[in-house]
Amino acid sequence: MSAMEKKSASVIVIGGGVTGLSAAWWLARDGVDVLVIEKGIVGWEASGRNGGGCTHYQSPLFDEEQRLWPQMDELLGYPTEYRRERVIMALTDAQLAQYQDHGDICARMGYHYETLDAKQTRELVPLAGDNVVGAVHYHFGGQANPQRSVQAYAWALQDKGGRILQHTAVSSIVTKGGRVTGVETSLGRFDCDHLVLAAGPQTGALLDTIGIYLPVAPARAEMIVTEPLPLMRIGGVDGNGLYGRQTLRGNLAYGGGPHEWLEDTGPDGRTAAGGIAARPASQLLQNLSKRLVELFPRAAHVRVIRSWAGIIENTPDGRPVIDRLDEPGNLTVATMSSVGFGLSPAAGHAIRDLVMEGRCSFTDIDKLGLDRFANLPRDWRARQGWVPPVLSDFATPARLPA
Amino acid sequence: MEDEEVTSDFHAIGEKHTRATEHAELLVIGAGEAGLAAALEAARAGVQVTLVDENPLGPGLIGMDVPLLFGNRWTAAVQNQGRMLEQILATNPGLEEAFELGVEVKLGTYAWGAFVAGPNLQSLPEPVVGLADETRSWLCGFKRLIIAAGARDLVYSFAGFETPGVVGAQGFASLVSRYGAFNGRRIVVLGTGDLAVRTAALALDAGLEVAAMVEVRDAAQSDVSLMVSRGVEIITGHAILEARGNAEGVTAAVLAPVAGGEPRGIDCDTIVLAIGAVPVIDLADVAGAKLTRCDGSYVVESAPAGVFFAGDCAGLGADAAASGRAAAQAALRSLGHEVTAAPAPAPVPPLPADTDAYRMDWMRALMATGGLDVHACTCEEVTRRDLLTVQPPRYLDAPVAGRDLTSLGDGAPPSQDQIKRLTRACMGPCQARRCREQVAMMMAIGTDRPLGAIALAGYRAPVRPLPLGVLAASDETAEMAEGWNVWFGIRTQWIPYADIGTERETERAGRMMHF
Repeated sequence: MSAMEKKSASVIVIGGGVTGLSAAWWLARDGVDVLVIEKGIVGWEASGRNGGGCTHYQSPLFDEEQRLWPQMDELLGYPTEYRRERVIMALTDAQLAQYQDHGDICARMGYHYETLDAKQTRELVPLAGDNVVGAVHYHFGGQANPQRSVQAYAWALQDKGGRILQHTAVSSIVTKGGRVTGVETSLGRFDCDHLVLAAGPQTGALLDTIGIYLPVAPARAEMIVTEPLPLMRIGGVDGNGLYGRQTLRGNLAYGGGPHEWLEDTGPDGRTAAGGIAARPASQLLQNLSKRLVELFPRAAHVRVIRSWAGIIENTPDGRPVIDRLDEPGNLTVATMSSVGFGLSPAAGHAIRDLVMEGRCSFTDIDKLGLDRFANLPRDWRARQGWVPPVLSDFATPARLPA
Repeated sequence: MEDEEVTSDFHAIGEKHTRATEHAELLVIGAGEAGLAAALEAARAGVQVTLVDENPLGPGLIGMDVPLLFGNRWTAAVQNQGRMLEQILATNPGLEEAFELGVEVKLGTYAWGAFVAGPNLQSLPEPVVGLADETRSWLCGFKRLIIAAGARDLVYSFAGFETPGVVGAQGFASLVSRYGAFNGRRIVVLGTGDLAVRTAALALDAGLEVAAMVEVRDAAQSDVSLMVSRGVEIITGHAILEARGNAEGVTAAVLAPVAGGEPRGIDCDTIVLAIGAVPVIDLADVAGAKLTRCDGSYVVESAPAGVFFAGDCAGLGADAAASGRAAAQAALRSLGHEVTAAPAPAPVPPLPADTDAYRMDWMRALMATGGLDVHACTCEEVTRRDLLTVQPPRYLDAPVAGRDLTSLGDGAPPSQDQIKRLTRACMGPCQARRCREQVAMMMAIGTDRPLGAIALAGYRAPVRPLPLGVLAASDETAEMAEGWNVWFGIRTQWIPYADIGTERETERAGRMMHF
């Protein structure tokens, strides 16, 4: 791609994560002149570093998620590695009851699942061991490859005439007369008729540049990946407090466990002190390994070859904001609150509808509006305990002097 | 939300991290020349030193070419850990001195991660190095850390690369000198620089035959007269085309003239890649060190507080022992010890100024003579062509037309991390030790950029591929077990949308624990 000569677009999407890319792809399919501006590389942050799950019963976008995923390879024209079905294995009766509870929620919405006993589970999941109590087997849902899917969106939207500008940071939103007129970037001003803001952890800081408050808190989470194993019939097997999947290559890729809340960052992803948004891993990989070997006792010999850390944002109630604002009326805001990848085909559709028609055409998303946080105290992070750890909490003599 | 209510997040990391079960005032990773010198220097000053070295490696890692390209050219001796241990002690008299000075020496111990508090990682109770042996893993806390992880092999692949007997210069030296377990007799050395000459000399001194030294350029890159006088043929203007062989291994190195012409075969059982070496910076990267490109490699520019570097991992070619002593003195000073007359380490003799160009000359010659159907990444079976055209992996059977490396970057250099994700090159169990550098070179060639423009792909813990059962935490905190949640544990997050704002919401929220 050559550098962008045209510094305007009908719709600018800030954020080349999976939500922004999907929205831009949906818009490009309608022939809209759309430009995605990304501070780094497409799908580089949490969009490319997640479990790849496509089973989100809690969302109003659930039906659309289930409808779209089986078609995505064909619609995009590039592989996503989507595979249907999911098995959630329980090692305790309490886990099994919990997983069945979620299965029942799905069943009431018309999705079929069944409960497997220990023997049936071991027959379906060759890596399962004697410690398995049972499992729920979803005949819906599934999982895809996040890294491949984000690039599929990017290529597909370019094929439809959309543009992507990487390595370009947006510093502020520009408004005039109550409308968004463009964005200021590291490459100067870009004009637009409508702005979609889907900038992940930076969404709040960017909105703050026009005095609108969106509460989000960034956090770091970690995953581990093993060397490849022979493919199980269903790759989407998790449970025991882990999320993840066996990839089509055969690797086990799993995450879960405690997150670390991080400082708020500016529009460029830097902290107030100017620190870089590093994604350091930690010894948590030992705890992930412990639970994975409990989940798959027959994989104890399998080697861990990588770990990842990713930074994701959450709203105070953990639910998305997908909202076209009243003022500026040509601004659509989307944060998926840490659950964005699987819902991305549907979220992009909803955003496209908001931009083009002012409302979501296929489901009610009114409860995902930004106005639900209108009376939220600004110190909500402290009140919820969503704050970075304080180093001095640990009175360990071995801690280094400053 | 009640105004006065302030809660803590039960599922956040808090104080859940596993604690170190061992502590060292000074922890030294690597008992090579630099690490040993550092450990001895600090121990003489009265510091409590723990010295860790992964040798003797377990046969599992040796078989995976981790951390060096051993190329399946070892004798059964490597299976005998006791014999290997004796061999290492016998060939490293400095270790005995370390024992006498009270250094805690841990051999056969892997360092798989180094975790130091920094931006976005404030939850660590203390800085730690993750250690493991063949059966378990644990954490060692430290006040100061010296990483002396040495260098590994610069690897280029070619047809027949996986035939037993294609070995790296560092792997070769390790098998010959450290383990006494090299299983070959007649070698061909690729390269004619200092490393290649040292490799050939080591082989001759060990009683092996050196059939030839091979150079893609038109002249040898260092003084090879001594090798010539010892009967080594110097073949310039040729690239390796193929490792020809059978089930037992290499039988010949097939060389192709770079300018075109008939290939020639040279009988041998081993082909040693001695074109260059790569500083081992994996642990430094994981620890959060700032890295910079220098003389053909990435090296440490600055380290987190309390972490020091010595030897080849701090820059190839330095006087390793002097570098180790200097690192120890810096660590001692920072611990408040008086260090007298700290001799400045000898300046690092620069590698030849055109190191990048030399490595790229080899890459171009291999591509020109061997074509694009050779694997760029052996573990993941990604060919040079797959890489240049950004093909999805073959197991998808979904070739993508009309894409190449230049279509990813908006005019910016492509990212090797992005290429990893798309092609799977560098994603295999050898943790990219056999392909990282050549993939970067091919990316530079494919986008017509200097090698230095290709940013370093990040290293990830565990920096050794260790089994799940070994890495699994055996001593995690009670807080970890109690507060574990599959995701953030935000109860309202998983309430079905239809229930939001209804009477069912509160009831649901109460059941949403421990999803």
